[in-house]
Amino acid sequence: MEVALSKYVLTLYVTGTSPRTKIAIDNLNRICSQELAGRYELEIVDVLEHPQRAEDERILATPTLIKQLPPPLRRVIGDLSDKDKVLLGLEVRPTATSSSQAPRNEAT
Amino acid sequence: MTNITDRGVEKLRTGISSLDIIAKGGLPKNRTTLISGTAGSGKTVFAIHFLAAGILQGEPGVFVTFEESADDVKKNMRSFGWDLDKWEKEGKLTFVDASPDPEIETVEAGGFDLGALLARVDNAVKKVKAKRVSVDSLGAVFSQFSDQAMVRGELFRIAMGLKGMGVTAVLTAERTDDHGPIARFGVEEFIADNVIILRNALEDETRRRTIEILKFRGCDHQKGEYPFTIVPQGGVIVIPLSAMQLSMKSSNVRISSGNPELDEMCGGGFFRDSVTLVSGATGTGKTLTVTQFLQGGAAAGEKCLLLAFEESRDQLVRNANGWGFDFEKMERDGMLRVVCDYPDLSGLEDWLVTIQKIITDFKPKRVALDSLSALENVGTLKAFREFVIGLTSFIKHQEITGMFTATTGTLMGGDSITESNISTLTDSIILLRYVEMFGEMKRGLTVLKMRGSAHDKAIREFTIGKGGMQMGRAFRNVTGILAGAPMHVAPGDVERVWAQYDRDVGDRRRRAEDRPAN
Repeated sequence: MEVALSKYVLTLYVTGTSPRTKIAIDNLNRICSQELAGRYELEIVDVLEHPQRAEDERILATPTLIKQLPPPLRRVIGDLSDKDKVLLGLEVRPTATSSSQAPRNEAT
Repeated sequence: MTNITDRGVEKLRTGISSLDIIAKGGLPKNRTTLISGTAGSGKTVFAIHFLAAGILQGEPGVFVTFEESADDVKKNMRSFGWDLDKWEKEGKLTFVDASPDPEIETVEAGGFDLGALLARVDNAVKKVKAKRVSVDSLGAVFSQFSDQAMVRGELFRIAMGLKGMGVTAVLTAERTDDHGPIARFGVEEFIADNVIILRNALEDETRRRTIEILKFRGCDHQKGEYPFTIVPQGGVIVIPLSAMQLSMKSSNVRISSGNPELDEMCGGGFFRDSVTLVSGATGTGKTLTVTQFLQGGAAAGEKCLLLAFEESRDQLVRNANGWGFDFEKMERDGMLRVVCDYPDLSGLEDWLVTIQKIITDFKPKRVALDSLSALENVGTLKAFREFVIGLTSFIKHQEITGMFTATTGTLMGGDSITESNISTLTDSIILLRYVEMFGEMKRGLTVLKMRGSAHDKAIREFTIGKGGMQMGRAFRNVTGILAGAPMHVAPGDVERVWAQYDRDVGDRRRRAEDRPAN
């Protein structure tokens, strides 16, 4: 499958405008522009404004990043400051410029 | 009516009636109460009962579950008669399902908090206008996240948040040991204002549930452990022993024991709300005394309840027939209900609740239990004593006349564990004893105690035949019957003793009269 074809649909749940919210949004924007440029959709949901959405998705922690597409569904919690963990959680294969594990790039 | 103030801190009447008694009015209102207990101590049932009781008195609730899924909780609670589904549809109850979902893989990448959980709880409280919140259980939150310090801080925040929402909350927590630290993670008790401990201790191979209010910040409560039980269609039922004994009435109305001669010995019959203990060795006529008591009740138009733990229904009916009493007819007429069961079928707390329910449904005026001794080994001595206290005060409250039997271990004389432990709890004691005289076993009866009344002090001989118990003469020239070593005394000796006694008394009286009055 062509990597370029898979589009990432992401939702980030945050609580209000706390410093942690800001850090998470900044981190996510950076990771997305580096790794998923042009092939992602991001929605940010404030659970204080939309608590029912948090209820429906059964979210406890904020920030929580949910990857709806491509399957499988994945969740990453935290302010996303650990980039490797974020990529691992989203099952995004890092590009050559951004990761130390670049050699596995063309494996399949 | 719903709130009882107690030294400034308002209390919320929970509706778990017996809990409200030991909590002196209820749980402190708009505060959080920690319910801590080992596995299987009844925390979840307590948490749900708290909400169910609230909903039944018009206070909506929110259940926050970290352990079981909401569906499991609904399923498990159906047997208690709580239709959570229906309440949920009616908008009286809502769930915040925070149980772990095994299908969703979660990776932790950086710092986070439980802001979403708090937002969900807040949302749920607003949605149903909740007055009560139950959180089950705090310990399970710790197992969902690796950062324990974060969880600690967040639980504090949630507890504070709950207070801000104007709800009375119950939080459950696990402990590893019935008498160790209050809760597993060592912080749970600081999160809540009040602490209640549920125990399910193993003593002498039997399980005994107790509830203890450890602390109520700023207000009063009953101290110590109280037995409780969990029953289908009822939930948590606390047995508030100390509170029970406070408000007993006393009646002067006499009722017949079913045997006119025994009535006479008791000074005119039993008191309406008295409890009589009939003690004797096997075969001395305890069951007969009970049968007469029931017959007397039915004849006076009073409904009677027989709780039989020693004999089967058929045996009881046959024995009664032998004495000339027709149990089956009494049952047909609705004057008698016979409940036969194996004492070991359930714990003593459960028996107490079961018996209370039967009494409430059937509304008898007389209750006989044959025999207490059969229940003695079902639980610990403490549990047994509590059972007797509970039953005694319950039937007294309802102005029911009670009769319990106790079996003594030895044929001659002697007493039983039952007797020595509960004799102070009963109003009257009738002893039935074998008396060996010249190679023949005779039966003797004496009224040992008759609270609030004069009674015959003699030990009377009696025989058993058609028509029941026939009283004979007093054993005048036998001593040592109660000690179990009857000794025949020559009539001359008896007279001499009495004559000496009369002389002594006469002397004393004369001396008193000689003394100048001042």
